Amino acid sequence: MKILKIFIILFLVTNFSELKSDETNDVLKNKILKNIRCLICQGQSVYDSESDFASSIKLIVDRKINKGLKEDQIYAFLRKKYGDWIIFDPPLNKNTYILWLLPLLFFLVGGAIIQKKILKKNEK
Amino acid sequence: MKNKFCLFIVIIFLSFCFIIFYKGLNTPNTYTPQINEKKKIPTFGAKDFDSNNYLNSDKIFEEKIFYIVNIWASWCVPCRTEHPLLMQLSKNQSIKLIGLNYRDNYNNAKKFISDFGNPYSRILIDKDGTLAIEFGAYGVPETFLIDKNKDIIKKFVGPINQEIVKEIKLIIK
Repeated sequence: MKILKIFIILFLVTNFSELKSDETNDVLKNKILKNIRCLICQGQSVYDSESDFASSIKLIVDRKINKGLKEDQIYAFLRKKYGDWIIFDPPLNKNTYILWLLPLLFFLVGGAIIQKKILKKNEK
Repeated sequence: MKNKFCLFIVIIFLSFCFIIFYKGLNTPNTYTPQINEKKKIPTFGAKDFDSNNYLNSDKIFEEKIFYIVNIWASWCVPCRTEHPLLMQLSKNQSIKLIGLNYRDNYNNAKKFISDFGNPYSRILIDKDGTLAIEFGAYGVPETFLIDKNKDIIKKFVGPINQEIVKEIKLIIK
């Protein structure tokens, strides 16, 4: 009886872990697909599109995840084929330095101005 | 003096914003593929249309000659327009045409080939469109010119025309 109980527990644990791994893969897949641009659609992600191109990309992403590739590796694969445009979230490179650094620069300059004003007010 | 400096900073900032937005407005917000970028052919496996055998890319591109990979489908109307030009190209001995049958019905594709002729030395089946993705294609028809070093040297999006045929002939000469 004890052995049977152990078997049942083991069976449940292994099956639940499989289910959990499928669920994790689905979450990752959806996250990636939402960040990939459908190149033949107007402003749609691959996740939202039902076009032939989007369904092929969905299959590719699914296979890559099942092969054990990481999110960055999948993006790198797609960027190699279609360029940076395919990813909604642009990487930091020479073309996107301004895009990434400008908000930071505004924040720093704004902060400096506010700090200066506060210091001036305190002096008075 | 201080006011002048502030005005100067504001003008510089506004000019900078103007340049950024002006540049942004002039760049197209649709995908423009890189057509002259040299890339190695992908490593892949595919089913042969005639024999139904599984082939590796090394086997498909084994000869040291120029290859053309043409993505086509029987349901694709522009593919019919370019087909006579592909037939013309297939007569050239220094090039081999590989057809990639994209998301097609086997019988329809077979009928297409028997009706319009077969310019391809080999046809590969791309049932789910993933092979086309490996080539960096995003629709049909699309044509890739591959040199003797197995590099994709040209990519033609849409149906090929007489000018493109001339260009291809000039490259492979």
